[in-house]
Parts: sequence; C-alpha cells; structure tokens
Amino acid sequence: MEPTNSKTALQAKEERKDVTILFAGDSGDGIQLTGSQFSNTSALFGNDISTFPNFPAEIRAPQGTIAGVSGFQLNFGSVELFTPGDLCDVLVVMNAAALKANLHNLKLGRTIIANSAGFDKRNLSLAGYIDGNNPLSDGSLGKYRVIEIDITKLTREALKETSLGTKEKDRSKNMFVLGFLYWMYNRKMEPTERFIQEKFAGHPELIEANIAVLKAGYHYGDTSETFTTRYEVKPAPLPSGVYRNIMGNQAIAIGLIAACQKAGLSLFYGSYPITPASDILHELARHKNFNVRSFQAEDEIAAITSAIGASFAGNVGITASSGPGIALKGEALGLACMLELPLVIINVQRGGPSTGLPTKTEQADLLQAVYGRNGEAPIPVIAPSSPRDCFSMAFEAVRIAVEHMTPVFLLSDGYLANGAEPWRFPKSTDLGTIKAPIRKQNPKDDWQPYTRDERGVREWVLPGTEGMEHRIGGLEKEDGSGNISYDPENHQKMVDLRADKVARIADFIPAQEVDQGESSAALCILSWGSTYGAIKTAVRELRAEGQDVAHIHLRYLNPFPKNTGQLLRSFGKIMVPELNKGQLVKMVRSEFLVDAKPLTKVKGLPFTATEIKESALKALQS
Amino acid sequence: MSTNTENKLTAKDFSSDQDVRWCPGCGDYSILKQVQTILPELGLKREEIVFISGIGCSSRFPYYLNTFGMHSIHGRAPSIASGLKVANPNLSVWVITGDGDALSIGGNHLIHLLRRNFDMNVLLFNNEIYGLTKGQYSPTSPEGKVTKSTPMGSVDHPFNPLALAAGADSTFIARAMDRDPVHLREILLEASRHKGTSLLEIYQNCNVFNDGAFSPFTDKQSKADNTIFLEHGKPCVYGKDGNKGLKLDGAQPVVVDLSSGDNSLEDLWVHDKYDRFKSGVLMRCFDTPMPDRESLPRPFGVFYQEDRPCYEDLLQEQIQVSVQRKGQGDLDKLLKGTNTWEIA
Repeated sequence: MEPTNSKTALQAKEERKDVTILFAGDSGDGIQLTGSQFSNTSALFGNDISTFPNFPAEIRAPQGTIAGVSGFQLNFGSVELFTPGDLCDVLVVMNAAALKANLHNLKLGRTIIANSAGFDKRNLSLAGYIDGNNPLSDGSLGKYRVIEIDITKLTREALKETSLGTKEKDRSKNMFVLGFLYWMYNRKMEPTERFIQEKFAGHPELIEANIAVLKAGYHYGDTSETFTTRYEVKPAPLPSGVYRNIMGNQAIAIGLIAACQKAGLSLFYGSYPITPASDILHELARHKNFNVRSFQAEDEIAAITSAIGASFAGNVGITASSGPGIALKGEALGLACMLELPLVIINVQRGGPSTGLPTKTEQADLLQAVYGRNGEAPIPVIAPSSPRDCFSMAFEAVRIAVEHMTPVFLLSDGYLANGAEPWRFPKSTDLGTIKAPIRKQNPKDDWQPYTRDERGVREWVLPGTEGMEHRIGGLEKEDGSGNISYDPENHQKMVDLRADKVARIADFIPAQEVDQGESSAALCILSWGSTYGAIKTAVRELRAEGQDVAHIHLRYLNPFPKNTGQLLRSFGKIMVPELNKGQLVKMVRSEFLVDAKPLTKVKGLPFTATEIKESALKALQS
Repeated sequence: MSTNTENKLTAKDFSSDQDVRWCPGCGDYSILKQVQTILPELGLKREEIVFISGIGCSSRFPYYLNTFGMHSIHGRAPSIASGLKVANPNLSVWVITGDGDALSIGGNHLIHLLRRNFDMNVLLFNNEIYGLTKGQYSPTSPEGKVTKSTPMGSVDHPFNPLALAAGADSTFIARAMDRDPVHLREILLEASRHKGTSLLEIYQNCNVFNDGAFSPFTDKQSKADNTIFLEHGKPCVYGKDGNKGLKLDGAQPVVVDLSSGDNSLEDLWVHDKYDRFKSGVLMRCFDTPMPDRESLPRPFGVFYQEDRPCYEDLLQEQIQVSVQRKGQGDLDKLLKGTNTWEIA
C-alpha cells in the first residue's frame, strides 16, 4: 500500500479494508462507552460497522480480576461487514486481567495497546500471573506488537491543573485511549466532543476534563515517535442514502412505535426489568409523546397480563423479557391464544436454563416459543437477523398480531440487543400500513364475537362499543358466540380453527429466498436469528474459494414460509448452525422430512465465521 | 363516561343470556343480584362497564352480566384490569375475585393494584375455602380448619384481608355480606363512587364445602351481638337493642354496655373513615366469636377512605406533558435519530 502524506518517515499511513478492535478492561473502566464512541464516530465517517459488547453480569465485579473484565469488539471497514470479526487486529487492555482474558482473541503479529499502570504487582497477581511475571516485559508477547503507554499517569498529567480528585481524574482514562485510537485511525474528535458536552451538561469541569484527556491521547499519538504506522480505513461503498447507527433493542423499540403509528393504535408496553431486555423499556418510556404507555409491572406475569388487558381495550399490548421471565409468562400466552387478541411478546434470549448467563447470548428458546404451552396453543414466531433487522421484524410482529388477532413471538437475543450497525432508515411513508380488524358498529343483530373472516380471523370489538357487549375468557368457547362450551365436537373444531388461523399466516408473509448460492448447491447452510452475519461471511468466503455452498436464513419460524420445504429438498446436504443443542434442526426434520444436520454451540458467544467455514468444509467432504 | 338519565336501565338489562351455574343456595347468587340491582344506579351505558375475573367459583360472574367482560386466569384479574384501565380510563372497571384468587395465587397483583390506586372496584368474595377445587383450605380459613387437604386441621395463620389492604395503602376498604342485601347494595354503591381502587370484601357462604362459616355474623339470632355496622360520623353502637357500643381505651377497642348507665352514646367512639389509625383498629377487630366469653364485634361497612391520585390519571398527565414538551410524536424524526450521515 502506498503510504500517503506521512508526517515523518516514522509515521506511515497504511490503508486497511477492515479492522477489528477489542477494547478490554475492568467493568468500571468505561470500556462500553469507549467502544460505542469509536463505533459511532466510524459510522459517521462512513465505515460499515458491526459491534459486540461482552460484559460480566455483575455491575462492578472485583477490580483487576478476570471475572471483572468487560469487552467491546468493533469491526469497521471500507467493505460491507456482517460480523464484529472473529479475531482482532488491535487489542486494547487497561490491565493485566484484560490481557489474560483476551489474548487468544488477537491475531498473531497484531497490536496490543496496554496501559502499563494496569500491570503493577497487584494487578498481575489479581490476574493470576505467577510470581508477578509481567507479560509486557518477560518476552512472552514476542509474537505481537506491543505498545505500552502509562495511560493512568498521562491522564493524571493532562489534568494536573484541574481541581478533580485522583479518583475522578482516573475515570477519564478511557478518553485517553479513545483519543489515541482516533489518531491512529485518522478520526475526527468532534462527534465525541459533542457527546461529552451532552453527557456532562451542567458539569463544565467534567466536560473540560474529558475533552482535555481525549485531546491528550490524540496528541500523544501525534507527538510521540514510538509508533510507526497510522491506518486509513476508507468509507464503505454502502448503498447510497442517509444512515444512522442503531442497536438491536433500540431498533425493536422504534419498530414497535412505528408499527403502532401505522396501525393508528396506542402502544401499551408492560414489562418487568430483566437483562438483556430492559433497554427496550427504557427506550419506549422516553417516547410518551407517541402515546406510548409504558408500565413497569410488579412481575413478569403482570407484565404480560396487563398487556392483554390493554389489548382487550384496543391498545397494542406488548411485553418483553428474557429466558426465565418468558417461562413465567407461559400461562398468559395460552390465555392470549384462547382470547384471540393481538399481543407481541419479545424474548431477548440469553444463556439458560434458569438464571443461566444473563449477559451472554444464546438461541435456546426456539422450541419454547413454538411449542412451550399447555394444550394446543399455536403462536406465530419470527426472528430478526441483525440489529437493524430488529426494526423490520418488530414492525412485522405488530402487523401479524393486529391483522391476525393473535399473540406473536419475536425472538431476539443478547447479541442483537447490544450489537450495533449502520442503518439506512426508512421514511415513514415507505412503511406499510397495518389494518386492525376493529368493528365499531353492530353490523346486524346476530353478530358474534368469534365469527371469522376468510383468513380465520375474528373481529376486534372494544369495550365501549355500543350494543356489542360480550364476554371472553380462558375456558373453551363455543364457535361463534364465545360462550363456555364443553362439547367434544366444538373443542375439536375450535382447536382446529385456532391452528388453521396461525397456519394461514403463511399466505401473508414473503416467500423464502436463498440468501447466497444456487438452489442445487451441494450444501445448504440453514440459519435463523443472530447467526446470520457470521454465516453470511463464511458462505461468502467459501463461495469465493469455489465451494458449492448456499445459505438460507429464516426470519419466519412459525409458520414457515410456504416454499421452505420445496427449497430445502433441492439441496444435497443441509447444515443447521444454532446457538443451542439443535432446535430448528428438529423442527425442519419433522416438518419437511429432510436430513438436516445440526451444528451447535452453547458457550454464550456467537459463532465465528471461521467455525462455520471449517464445519461447512467438513460437511462437504463427508 | 357519559351519564344516561333517559331510558334508565334496570337490573334485568344487566343479565346476560347465560344460565347461572353456581350450586343452589350459593351466596354468589345474592351478590350477583345486588350488583345487577345497583348497576343501573351508576348512570352508565352497559358498554361502558367491564367486569374482569380470575379463576374460582366467583370468577364465573362476568358471564352472567350483559356488559363487557373477561374471565381470565387464576389471580391475574388485577393486572389485566390495570392494563385495561390504562388503555381506556373512561371504562368503569370491576374486578371479581375470591379469597384464593386474590390472596393466594394473585396476592402480589392485588397489593400492587391497591398501592397504584387505579380507579376501579375490587369485589373480593371471601368464603374461606377453595370451592371450585372441591374443598381445600384457603388463605382466609381459620387455624385448625379441617378440610380435605388438612385432615388434622390447618396450621396456616389466615390473612386478615382488610388489614392486608391497609398495609398496601388501599384508598377504600370495606366489608359486607351476602346475607344482608340492603347493606351490600349500599356499600357497593359507595365503592363504585370512590375515585381510586375500592376493595370490598364480601362474606359469602359456600353452602357445599364450608356451610355456616360466617353464621355468627349472618344468622338472625347471633348477628346483632356479633357485628357492628359502621357509619361515618356516627357512634359505634351495636347489639340487639342497640345496647352495646365500642370505646377506645388508648389504642384498645373496648366493648361497653349502654344499659348499665355507666356509659352513654356520647362516650362512644365516633367512626371516622378518614382516620387511618382508628380504621386500622377496626380492621383488627377480627375475633372469632366464642359462646363462653365476650368478644369484639366484627365490623361491616366502610372502614377507610382517602383521596389519592389514580395511576391512570398520572400516566395520562405525563403523556400530555411529553406532548407539550416535544410535540406530538413525529415518526420521521424518531426514525432519523440524532446522528446521521449520507452516502452518495
């Protein structure tokens, strides 16, 4: 690569297609903020980005220990990106524990930026380096390029004129790192300066301190001659348009609001705080001017049942939770199914069972969503494939719930919830309309609450509608009238009608497409949910290497798109990678009688593209 | 809510076409009749009224009323009603529940409903037994109660539902009984007029699994001496000939004999339903009447009432303030966010 405009011979500028940086430090080091600031700045610059925050469940785990290490992985590039990167090019470590926990994630020969103050005797011992051996000086990092900076000291130095205490000064050392990286990758500091001004509004001394340290980090890169190279990552050739950065949970919240606006209905959100779903509640609670009624309920059961009550009255009732919280909602899901009212249930999946791994990602609740209720209680299930797709699928969830008078499951996960990427957001006029089957006037004297239209959908008659008083409930109801019925023939009929209504939603969703490859390929990789990016990347590389591989990604899981079976039967082999013990694979085997094989992983971490590639090659050879 | 003065509805207008299917002789019949009788007094249209119930014998109630209704799942009626009221604050909402539904499986929802103070009415049918599951003890069954699940007698200490409601800062706390329809109607009307969550406990006889649980308070012979009917601003008098009264000795309620000449009406405790402390003392008048010793009478009527803002009104206010501050939600602005960039 041609070095451009180098300031000195020592400071060459190299161009890179994409770079993965992993920021790691104590959970109190401001790692998430540093990572998200670098992401936003890179996105504003025009790079494609994909991020993956990885943090402990404890708010402040013991300082200096491996358990307390928080990480933020960011992949940014001048090409289209679909994952936060398998291994990183730059590993930023604020202490010894962060290095120990993450060294295996760094490519050989690449760069470590280490805060040398985090490698004192105490930190080394907390991180478990035997006899206080310092990896920065004992030669064990010989395969990497190590840049040691005493960030703590330099930060304090930059703030020596201020009245802040040492503890407060040390809190801004993440800004030093950020400033240094901005220098290294030729980034402007303005977006972060603006962020600091907003975040610390009313605290001028903190604004001043953080900006001073940010600049100190930048200038340290500029003036110190330790470093030989600056890198340039040019804007990515993304489709033209206006972009913003979006995180999965935020996209869900905005998608829900947009859908309710398009349906002309108020949004009721009943929820109980739980990781990693709470950010949806936080986001929605900020938008009351969209007639959003957010209700923090006393428990998970009240969260969903309050949403059912709101739906009965004509709002779009929505609730969200994660693993154990979803388990608590099971009974109410059956009620919603029986009542045939709109309801959206979002499961931001996390590692299970029980409390499991609250901050780690997993896809092990698919069978629970599709089958996990007493009785025959079919519920449509859909799943977004990326943070920005969370918007579209949240919109879809509301559309299906309202137009088909049914509860709908939206299966997100921790990886999508906290991951971010650029989003070419739509205009409100580009969004489809949603037509609620609300009946406002009694059409005729023999109107009945469970009369169905040609799609098997009943009408939504809200309390307050004159002359249409009726009772609904969880007991089996007589076809049409909705009165209690224990008649055997009627029960058979009603179970069939409810199942049929959900099955017919397949007529109102898009046909399944093949994401990459030919429909006659030797191997089809079938995926769902957040694994999309890693698999897309892997299949792209495999195909570039001449392998006959195709990729199908399902966003609709119940019912499946109508052509799914036909598509799957056309492939030689089918591999189904999932972050569980094999759930979609069971469904497609039983539904379509195809010999699909599982590829499973339950480590609380997403697949890497490399893992998918290796398994695909093995499958092709077998 | 609009008031409807012309073509006043009658109790019959509130009966649905469904056959009532409680056991013959069940106390629920009386409660249904009294509710149907008072509903026309509310001046509302049928469609403006919603009854939400949980599970249990009492929870069949909504099916028998020609209003909107939902027979939901066990214990969850309060939270369903909460969502309903948030979504449409103009509805008149009634929660129908029992001692098992409200105080056992749904105990959490009940206390949170009370503290939030949604404007609705909770009718808690207390029969001190699980009827629908055929006779197990309930959270209000007295200690020692022999039932199918407690052949040696219950060792559970029972709830005092009204004291529980007070603990949850309920803004309207009252008690009535199935066997005194006139009083029940009066209290139902008072409950319905209260702005906030009104909790009305109704003693209801389960003549199949717990017959006579409340007979000391409901039977002709014993009622007068074992009960006191509270009236706001009136002295606490009771007894066959109005010959007994309640006095407060410090924080202790004391029974006095008005016929002995030692005490007159002026000496008695005057009921003040706005007095949190004294109403608490009345809620604790929870003795089981014994033939061999004098016990405190069981109070009926409105124990306590206070004015406190309702959740749904506060939420509506926040929505209005949010609209005032930020303007009516602009979807394009929301989609756009605060930081955008353009790729040509």
